[in-house]
Amino acid sequence: MIINLQKFIEAEKDYWTELEVILDKIENEPEHKMAAEQVKQFHYLFQRTSADLAKIATFSSEPEIFRYLESLTARAYGNIHEIREKPYRLFPLKWFFYTFPQTFRRHIRAFYLSLAITFVGFVFGGIAISFDPMAKEIVLPFRHLQGSPSERVANEEKVLDDRIKGVKMTGATWYMTHNTKVSIFVMASGITWGIGTIILLFYNGVILGAVALDYILAGQSKFLLAWLSPHGIIEIPAVLLAGQAGLVLANALIGWGKRTSLRMRFREISGNLVTLVLGVGIMLVWAGFIEAFISQYHEPVIPYSFKIAFGIIELILLVLFLSASGTKIKQKDA
Amino acid sequence: MHEEKTNTLLIKTPEGIIFSMLLAGPLTRFLAWGIDLACIFVVSSILGILLGIFGLISLDFSRALTVLAYFFISISYSIVTEWYWRGQTIGKRLLRLRVMDVQGLRLQFSQIMIRNLMRFVDSLPAFYFIGGAACLISKRAQRLGDFAANTIVIRNPKIVEPALNQLLAGKYNSLREYPHLCARLRQNVTPKEAGIALQSLLRRNELEPLARVELFEKITSHFRSIVEFPDEATYGITDEQYIRNLVDILFNS
Repeated sequence: MIINLQKFIEAEKDYWTELEVILDKIENEPEHKMAAEQVKQFHYLFQRTSADLAKIATFSSEPEIFRYLESLTARAYGNIHEIREKPYRLFPLKWFFYTFPQTFRRHIRAFYLSLAITFVGFVFGGIAISFDPMAKEIVLPFRHLQGSPSERVANEEKVLDDRIKGVKMTGATWYMTHNTKVSIFVMASGITWGIGTIILLFYNGVILGAVALDYILAGQSKFLLAWLSPHGIIEIPAVLLAGQAGLVLANALIGWGKRTSLRMRFREISGNLVTLVLGVGIMLVWAGFIEAFISQYHEPVIPYSFKIAFGIIELILLVLFLSASGTKIKQKDA
Repeated sequence: MHEEKTNTLLIKTPEGIIFSMLLAGPLTRFLAWGIDLACIFVVSSILGILLGIFGLISLDFSRALTVLAYFFISISYSIVTEWYWRGQTIGKRLLRLRVMDVQGLRLQFSQIMIRNLMRFVDSLPAFYFIGGAACLISKRAQRLGDFAANTIVIRNPKIVEPALNQLLAGKYNSLREYPHLCARLRQNVTPKEAGIALQSLLRRNELEPLARVELFEKITSHFRSIVEFPDEATYGITDEQYIRNLVDILFNS
């Protein structure tokens, strides 16, 4: 059957043009807000055009008009059929003190798993160094960690002046950017069914374990604590949280015991992943500053007791923040 | 049932209307990424020069700001532009690509964040090898980031309004003097044949003069074999005019 194309075009052409003008405006001016009447008209035009598309697809063999109407319908569809809740206006403090810790606790099992994998790596690295000192060259990729801990401590403690004067800020940004890249990579590797995340967490644990045991066996436990704790107390949990995000992603991908579709599972966790990654980013900015401005100075410039106490205070605050922040709101909501 | 890989994505609206979207292939996307990379380089370079001014106060501070600015721009460029331009970066705008929700819905910020953070894996080992391979394998041409974020990248070629006025003729049609033959014509011509006649008219200006004459001659001879109008109805009109009259009968009844 062939429709009366002349009448059809004459009747509908103006509506198509009007819809195209609105779509061009929406696309070229993303901040443009429509009034209620304009929204109604937009919806009406979309319905009319999509009905025209259905007519022309059924009754005619006119491909150019079909493609034109299809393009208009596709462009309008995304704007009309947005059924999900609009994102809230951003409240940074509320997000940081409520949403972030709540999200962390919501996926606490993934965090414990992340911690366990790192711990296994830590034990492995420690054992490797304890039983085979030659393993240091393979396990520790950083040249400055391959020497004798006692010699390093002796050399560090000889320094009385500000040896990193003039490069502190550059150092801080390097630590921040490098660690953030590593953390994003740990999270993103969750897409490999979690295998990539597990390997990275394990390897991170191996390095930590090897360094720790190397210094402990050399009798430099105090130096080790003073060196690592000011920044490590935040940096290591940040990587663990990135691992948590990676494992949450992997869990959604695998979908054990869940009846929802893969698409739905990804939708459910997407906001949580973003929250965890942004939280990790903030933690690493703090850790970067501390590493450049405090961790790299040793006795007699900064007393070890001060650095260790600083680390302990950070740890207490971090545990309190992640375990208790935002709990009151949750109780009220419940 | 196994679904074959196609270059279109079919969407069915709640009203029951089905429409398709053209999926962007890995090569087009790679080109868009190349343009974006150039943009990042230009912006970072300009910012680097501007931040160099801080070197007068402290060289350390200036260097730190430059490193931080490059890192921030390289990570946030796609996130910010795709969020502001609803799924488009500069490269995507130039090549008429757009990131969309896999169901054709509006993009959420979390989707944009995830698909861009996943670039760290997609770009491995170099030049988006993993992402490109995933794109080739995936039936919706998705890289891993798109897969995790429930997004697709579509190509939105500029489709201009067809020259509809050409169809709205209104001139004298000698064939209409024979209504019984017109009715037979409408009865015997298939929609496909009618479409060929219409398209030949709409696209006639794209043809070389000789090819245009030959094409209309062939089409006319085909339609004459379906319904033969008397000589007095077709006397003095060209093959192209003959087809114009036929289209008028077929589509404007």
